[in-house]
Amino acid sequence: MTLNEALPLAVLASSLLPGLVIFLLPDAWTGKRTALNLLGAFTKLVLIVILLVGVHGGADYDFHYAVLPGLDLVFKVDALGLLFMSLSAILWLLTTLYAIGYLEESPQRSRFFGFFSLCVTATMGIAMAGNLFTFFIFYELLTLSTFPLVVHRGTDKAMNGGTVYLVYTLTGGALLLIGIIWLHQLLGHSDFAHAGIMADLEATGAISGGQLKMIFLLLITGVGVKAAIVPLHGWLPQAMVAPAPVSALLHAVAVVKAGAFGIIRIVYEIYGIEFAQSLELLLPLAVVAAVTIIWGSLKAFFQDDLKKRLAFSTISQVSYIVLGVALFGPLGTIGGLVHLVHQGIMKITLFFCAGNYAETLGIHKVSEMNGVGRRMPLTTLAFTIAALGMMGAPFTAGAISKIWLIEGARAADMDWAIWVLWTSSLLNAAYFLPIVWRSVFFRAPLAWPAEHLSRYGWRETAWLLLLPPLVTAAATLVTGIFVTSAFSPLAWAQFIAQQEYGPLVP
Amino acid sequence: MMIDLAVWLILLPLIWASLAFMAGPGRGARLAIPALGLQLLLVLLLAGTVSESGAIGLAVGGWGAPLGIDLAADGLSVAMLLLTQVIALPLAIYARSYFQVKAPEGRYFWPLCGFLLAGLNGLYLSADLFNLYVTLELVGLAAVALVAADGGSRQLVAALRYLFATLLGSGSYLLAVALIYAAYGTVSMATLAPVITAEAPFVVWLAGGLMLVGLMIKTALFPFHFWLPPAHGGASAPVSALLSALVVKASFYLLLRLWLGPFAGLTASAGLLGWLPATLGALAIFWGSCQAIRAQRIKMLIAYSTVAQLGYLFLIFPLLTSEAALRAGIMQAFAHGLAKAAMFMAAGVLIKATGQDRVDSLAGAAQQLPLTMFAFGLAGVTLTGLPPSAGFLAKWLLIEAAIGQGAWSIAVVVLVGGLLAAGYVFRVLRQGFLLVPAIAADAPSFHPVPRTLEWMALLLAAASALLGLRGVELMELVALGGAA
Repeated sequence: MTLNEALPLAVLASSLLPGLVIFLLPDAWTGKRTALNLLGAFTKLVLIVILLVGVHGGADYDFHYAVLPGLDLVFKVDALGLLFMSLSAILWLLTTLYAIGYLEESPQRSRFFGFFSLCVTATMGIAMAGNLFTFFIFYELLTLSTFPLVVHRGTDKAMNGGTVYLVYTLTGGALLLIGIIWLHQLLGHSDFAHAGIMADLEATGAISGGQLKMIFLLLITGVGVKAAIVPLHGWLPQAMVAPAPVSALLHAVAVVKAGAFGIIRIVYEIYGIEFAQSLELLLPLAVVAAVTIIWGSLKAFFQDDLKKRLAFSTISQVSYIVLGVALFGPLGTIGGLVHLVHQGIMKITLFFCAGNYAETLGIHKVSEMNGVGRRMPLTTLAFTIAALGMMGAPFTAGAISKIWLIEGARAADMDWAIWVLWTSSLLNAAYFLPIVWRSVFFRAPLAWPAEHLSRYGWRETAWLLLLPPLVTAAATLVTGIFVTSAFSPLAWAQFIAQQEYGPLVP
Repeated sequence: MMIDLAVWLILLPLIWASLAFMAGPGRGARLAIPALGLQLLLVLLLAGTVSESGAIGLAVGGWGAPLGIDLAADGLSVAMLLLTQVIALPLAIYARSYFQVKAPEGRYFWPLCGFLLAGLNGLYLSADLFNLYVTLELVGLAAVALVAADGGSRQLVAALRYLFATLLGSGSYLLAVALIYAAYGTVSMATLAPVITAEAPFVVWLAGGLMLVGLMIKTALFPFHFWLPPAHGGASAPVSALLSALVVKASFYLLLRLWLGPFAGLTASAGLLGWLPATLGALAIFWGSCQAIRAQRIKMLIAYSTVAQLGYLFLIFPLLTSEAALRAGIMQAFAHGLAKAAMFMAAGVLIKATGQDRVDSLAGAAQQLPLTMFAFGLAGVTLTGLPPSAGFLAKWLLIEAAIGQGAWSIAVVVLVGGLLAAGYVFRVLRQGFLLVPAIAADAPSFHPVPRTLEWMALLLAAASALLGLRGVELMELVALGGAA
């Protein structure tokens, strides 16, 4: 095994092995568990930096392993996978820190962090999968490792949320599986490749376009459940019963992103963007994405529960990525890809902040947030930055995504998509600005719903809870302002689009 | 050398079973565990030889087919032998500490278990129809006795019902053997294979039908499953594991062997015949899963799950014209064998710890017995067919074979069956994950349980999952003359 084959495995091992050891540690061993967690997270970051430099220089990282005769487990690190991996690795580190602060003294911490590590391992596997078979293995592993996290609190309500989550994701998984096997049966393999693997197949005339459309529908429905595309989104608001770090992970990094990432892989590297366009698959996908964007925003507007409002906001925002993918042309692709990262950074900030409000003052509802900005100024600052980013305000990451998406829509002659994006921005403002307004300008109540943590000097809450949202809020600004630097998400998205469309990309 | 390997696989369990009977209750384990280790070694050696030099046949004592007893080992039989020994060894270690705590129930476990294993090994190695009958009967009677050995009235009723079913099954098989002997004057499978053709007289078709029905009864295929849930759900945990994981596989193996071997001429000419077991299999999957979802007692839940999982084995029959279907069947036999043994063993731990066997009484189990719940969950992943697990590979192979032959109905049954399985597995997990305040007065109390029990369950569950990452060797083994 060469070093280039071993690196993808090392990326998996850097969270899998600590995870397995953590399962066996007694709950009271906080120090050892934390050390293992952080060791894994930092090792993974280092490995990913090595891979980033390597892939930028044109190196290949390939690992093949036969599971059955004719059926291979394949890991491949490419630019697109790395985009997702870098995002996950960085946010995993921050979420781990946050979770350590959040779960202090609560029971079953070893189980929690064990599954937490498995969950990140599954995400890495999804990002590095070199064919649909491998993708599916980790996609289902993600379902299995997130279920114990969703039901972590062990209450009846948590169980019901978890059950709904399972029903949706397992059914989606079954549809995905049959699509994959069908494809595998026709082609003899299901490898991801630039410009897709289907065009040759149709050229032979052996398979009708109808069959290929059917497979596309099965695959997209399968991954669409996790991406929470309307009408497959029902599990997401229910899964809000999970502890805040889990919601953060689910919404920004792991589950919905795995779904969106799957859509990207299927459209670009199974069907190929041009072939998908010739089969007339992209327009329906764009329409579904547009409906989801508007529907999610509208529903968010009517939620009083803060986490539920954020959940519907996620449904809307993730479909920006899908819309970008479905806009035929490099500009839309770049917009979609870059939003994969930007949405992650902004949404995790919002969930961290929501968790802070709940843990510190017992605030769960928007209507309870009057004047909270004066009690928790730093958290509210971070929340405000991320919320402005979601609206697409200048100097934030969200603005960059939105500019490229709008340009992409214009280039693809789909002016209606521009209207969808503007409407969504307005709705975003309509449900985020009142929160900010309330927390800054309204008078604070005499007593908070349940004040768990009291103020200590300048620190409005535990520092492990405070640090992660501040970092991600800063990142929202940095990625919005320094867009032209060599390793910014935008530059990397352009690098990926160049590989897909050739040298035409701006 | 070859001869010795195969013969010793039958003799060894007979020897330690007899010695265990003489040594008296509680002492059998000391003989059984090292002997089972040796058996495992023998099977591995046999697998090595078979994969090097192909299928082997041998005449015991140097007497040829018409007079003496022929043994044969090909890829298919070695795979089944391997499955048997791989499960038996951890199960014996488990049973040793299980029965230590509760001695009187395990009095006859070791001798009966030995006879059962001798019967199984003999069945997989036999090359003629009559020997197959003898071993089948030995397996059936030992299994009934194991169920009855628990001594409770519920177990006795279940054992009697089981006895009735198993005798009916083997009786109809024996009748068929007699008909075949009358028609052809031989019972050797190798001799019969070329002479039984589509033009065979009616009596041969009748014999084939009797064998099919008899073996379906013994495999508890829907609607002949009535005897299985009380027998498997009522016996003590190690016995349930043995019966569910291994015993029902023996009659399935025999049916498969006859279908592809001596009766290949008949089954090939009647193309639609394969849909009979497949339809019943599909009904078994739905009926068994729905009963499992509704079951109140945890062991009944697992027993009904066996009814459902056996259904998958019969889905392969219409597809057997392609090699992939056979591979799917063997992978499913392995997946279910390993996972179901693990699941019954985990259930045994839970019942011992809580003193109850109701699904409702499991609240808080994930906190108190994390290893066991993890083993149960892992085994459940295999049964549900989620990756990475042997059950997933079985499902993949089966769906691929089905789509390849345009049998979409089978693909749909497999997928829906997986979702139903998730229904009953997560019903248990959900209960286990429920958090119960430790100081509450009505919180269930958990008795301490030997760690060996937990680890053995986890070992088999992990094996069922890890096989999902490396199935190449097993599939190559099955490909070696499996259809001979």
